[in-house]
Amino acid sequence: MIRVQRGNFDVGAEMAAMSGRNIGALSSFVGLVRGEDGDESVGAMTLEYYPGMTEKKLAEIEAEAHKRWALEDSLVIHRYGRLEPGEQIVLVVTASSHRQAAIESCAFLIDWLKTSAPFWKLEERKNGADWVKARESDDAAAEKWSVKK
Amino acid sequence: MKLLYFAWLKQKIGTGEEDIPLPDGVTNVGALVSWLKAQGPGYGEALEDLSVIRFAVNQEFVDLDHALAEGDEVAIFPPVTGG
Repeated sequence: MIRVQRGNFDVGAEMAAMSGRNIGALSSFVGLVRGEDGDESVGAMTLEYYPGMTEKKLAEIEAEAHKRWALEDSLVIHRYGRLEPGEQIVLVVTASSHRQAAIESCAFLIDWLKTSAPFWKLEERKNGADWVKARESDDAAAEKWSVKK
Repeated sequence: MKLLYFAWLKQKIGTGEEDIPLPDGVTNVGALVSWLKAQGPGYGEALEDLSVIRFAVNQEFVDLDHALAEGDEVAIFPPVTGG
């Protein structure tokens, strides 16, 4: 399931709600707003997205994960709008019969999401607001799954 | 056609969305970019460095040589930074 939403989410409740006939393993990833970047403190960030395409790309990658691994269930929640340091941004949960499929598909989903789902972060810093630049390390992380973009 | 701009492209161009007829002689995304750059200083500045810009047509990532048709939804935005 894919959800793009303004509001917060309850990780425990979302994990407990995963459903399948033979779930033996749940894996999760939670992304939070950092309060520091190196030596510099960072304030709130505002996430923008592309209604329509963002949901479409998230659904595509979720379908790809289900093709590659035997998953019982999966969930991706991504928030938008202004978020303070410490707030939750993104949740990925995967459910499978065994741990390997759950852990690997969870890593795959967050790596791919970071380079292919249309979201943009505007960070508030001391000298004003700055759009976050894409990182080559994120491209490399997605590349290792050999995903076509 | 519908044009959508996101993040700093929206700020530099000064709008996030506009509807225009497909301009005469514009057959692909690259030609649309050239046409847009002549529409004002905000456009010129926003579209100056194509290495930091991505394109989507009808909600699919495309390259500059992707063909355009009347009625397409064209989105122009920086590389994505979610997660």
